[in-house]
Amino acid sequence: MPMLHMKDVSKLFRTEMVETHALRDLTLEVADGEFLAVTGPSGSGKTTFLNIAGLLEELTGGEYLLDGVNVTQLDDRARSRLRNEKIGFVFQSFNLIPDLNLLDNVDVPLRYRGLGRADRKRRIEAALARVGLASRARHYPAELSGGQQQRVAIARAIAGDPKLLLADEPTGNLDSQMAREVMQLLEDLNAQGTVVVIVTHDPEIAARAQRNIHIVDGVASDIERAPALVRPGRAAAQPSAQG
Amino acid sequence: MFAYYLDLARRSFRRNVTLTVLMIVAIAFGVGASMTTLTVLHVLSVDPIPGKSQNLYVVQLDPRRALGYIPGQEPLEQMTRAESEALLRAATADRQAMMTSGNAAVEPQRSGLAPFFVDGRWTTTDFFPMFQVPFLTGAAWSRDDDTSGARVAVIARPLADKLYGTTQAVGRTIRVRGNDLRVIGVIDDWRPSPHFYDLNNDTYAKGEQLFVPFSTSRDLKLDRSGSLDCWDEPSGDPLAVGAPCVWLQLWVELDSKDKAAAYHDYLVSYSLEQMRVGRFQRPPNVRLRNVTEWLEFKGVVPNDVRLQTWISAGFLLVCLINTVGLLLTKFLRRSVEIGVRRALGASKRSIFLQLLIEAGTIGLVGGTLGLGLAWLGLWVVRHQPADYADLARLDLPMLATTFALAILASLLAGLLPAWRGCQVTPAIQLKSH
Repeated sequence: MPMLHMKDVSKLFRTEMVETHALRDLTLEVADGEFLAVTGPSGSGKTTFLNIAGLLEELTGGEYLLDGVNVTQLDDRARSRLRNEKIGFVFQSFNLIPDLNLLDNVDVPLRYRGLGRADRKRRIEAALARVGLASRARHYPAELSGGQQQRVAIARAIAGDPKLLLADEPTGNLDSQMAREVMQLLEDLNAQGTVVVIVTHDPEIAARAQRNIHIVDGVASDIERAPALVRPGRAAAQPSAQG
Repeated sequence: MFAYYLDLARRSFRRNVTLTVLMIVAIAFGVGASMTTLTVLHVLSVDPIPGKSQNLYVVQLDPRRALGYIPGQEPLEQMTRAESEALLRAATADRQAMMTSGNAAVEPQRSGLAPFFVDGRWTTTDFFPMFQVPFLTGAAWSRDDDTSGARVAVIARPLADKLYGTTQAVGRTIRVRGNDLRVIGVIDDWRPSPHFYDLNNDTYAKGEQLFVPFSTSRDLKLDRSGSLDCWDEPSGDPLAVGAPCVWLQLWVELDSKDKAAAYHDYLVSYSLEQMRVGRFQRPPNVRLRNVTEWLEFKGVVPNDVRLQTWISAGFLLVCLINTVGLLLTKFLRRSVEIGVRRALGASKRSIFLQLLIEAGTIGLVGGTLGLGLAWLGLWVVRHQPADYADLARLDLPMLATTFALAILASLLAGLLPAWRGCQVTPAIQLKSH
């Protein structure tokens, strides 16, 4: 069973004036253990894809199975629980909560899972140790460099042992040295079995993934290496706007 | 999760102390002002005799001349002595008591204590069980004492303490206006508020200290107080039995609606009979109001108190609207954090609860502060020259109401901001940050 199975997924944003197809009939499977990079120009639909994959947005059409669970009809509570248990997020801007120390930041997803104090403590310490920041557990995000903050964000993402890690431009705000460290961390996690899906502009980052898909105007295509798991959409490749 | 949400609320307060203090102060002032005026309204409009207020009725008849009669006009609010004594003798109700307020000089027999005046009530024996007067020692006088003008008295605890240094005063003598009366009962502190059975003097008067049989008071010519209305020039003593003057209150106890209806019919018959014999000239004009109806009719709660209550409720509303605005600002400024929490597994409901608990905590703190302000406000009220001033105190129900109001107010104020907060679209916040 694939970790991520999308069939004819589309996303349409409507305003009073315009309709925008952010994704068109995307069909995609990501298998267990894969490291997938999603590339494409700005506004192409990469982040929309990531948000739908991460259950942060609902899809307009199609079907999406996450680790075998059809998420299409789930209510907010069930989606939140699934998100909490299956998915870890890493953002470009780190998105650490500034008035929580590292320990409490990493604790956030564990709290929503309803774990006991001892279990949470064990997981937090292990996650911070995994990213090399165990000694700074009582520090606040503002006391860390950008690279360190992103490592904390990764610790937060992996503390709950998710099967899928979604990263949106995780190195976008980092210098090259720090970017390499973060990428190494993601690769290590992938090597240990976590599925990693990374959205990036950076061809160098994308090149480190096992497989790339390229999204342009809401239409995805497999661009190299991997077996042909991605099929182009059935609809025309041009975005449509209706007044 | 409740403890976690409380901890998050604490952190949030520390993050923006000024905004938090502003909200707490807004709620505190709103609650403080509301509770001050609500407490005053509460003490002024509380049922003075719970459990019996529906069974005690004040009797009104209209014995005036025909001249000036307007159909539908209210009868006089007090009774003549002739009607009071006649209805008392008839004893048609379960209980009945006639009464007037009085004032008498008491001459203490203890050395070093100068004579002083006390407020009294000259009444009949049913007064005590009808109005549930609490006796410390002794008992009320008998019906025979009522008719014979017995030289007996019931006194209140403060007077007993003052005269004898003890409440064990039964059997002792009290000298009233030069006459010795035997003390047969001592009552505990008793102050029905409002002073429903006689609203002619102070509506929120302190309780009387001396109770003497009505007949005794007339024999000894004890001074009376309160209003005296005469529709004709009295030929002699306006307090005499046949005088065309009203100055007495007549209360009856009727323990069912049927009995009240029957008594009303009886009063109509009585009025017709008095017309037939030429004493009454107006058609029967009878009112039989229970305590609740009587207080409503007399409008015992001052209009300015009602007005102040409305104004302070409006003030609380303004404070709440202010708090809604501040909470909205506070919560929406945390959209990114909310987005992060949503991404990490918080449901909308979790976020809603978190924000609502934060609002409730502000209400709790604001309510505690508001309680202090209400206490201060009531202290100010107690120093006003109003007859109800010393009643203005927070009792347990009002204390509970204060907290309930504060928390309810802040939860209400928090509902909209918390709802808006939990509707934050995480995807937008996480990308736009």
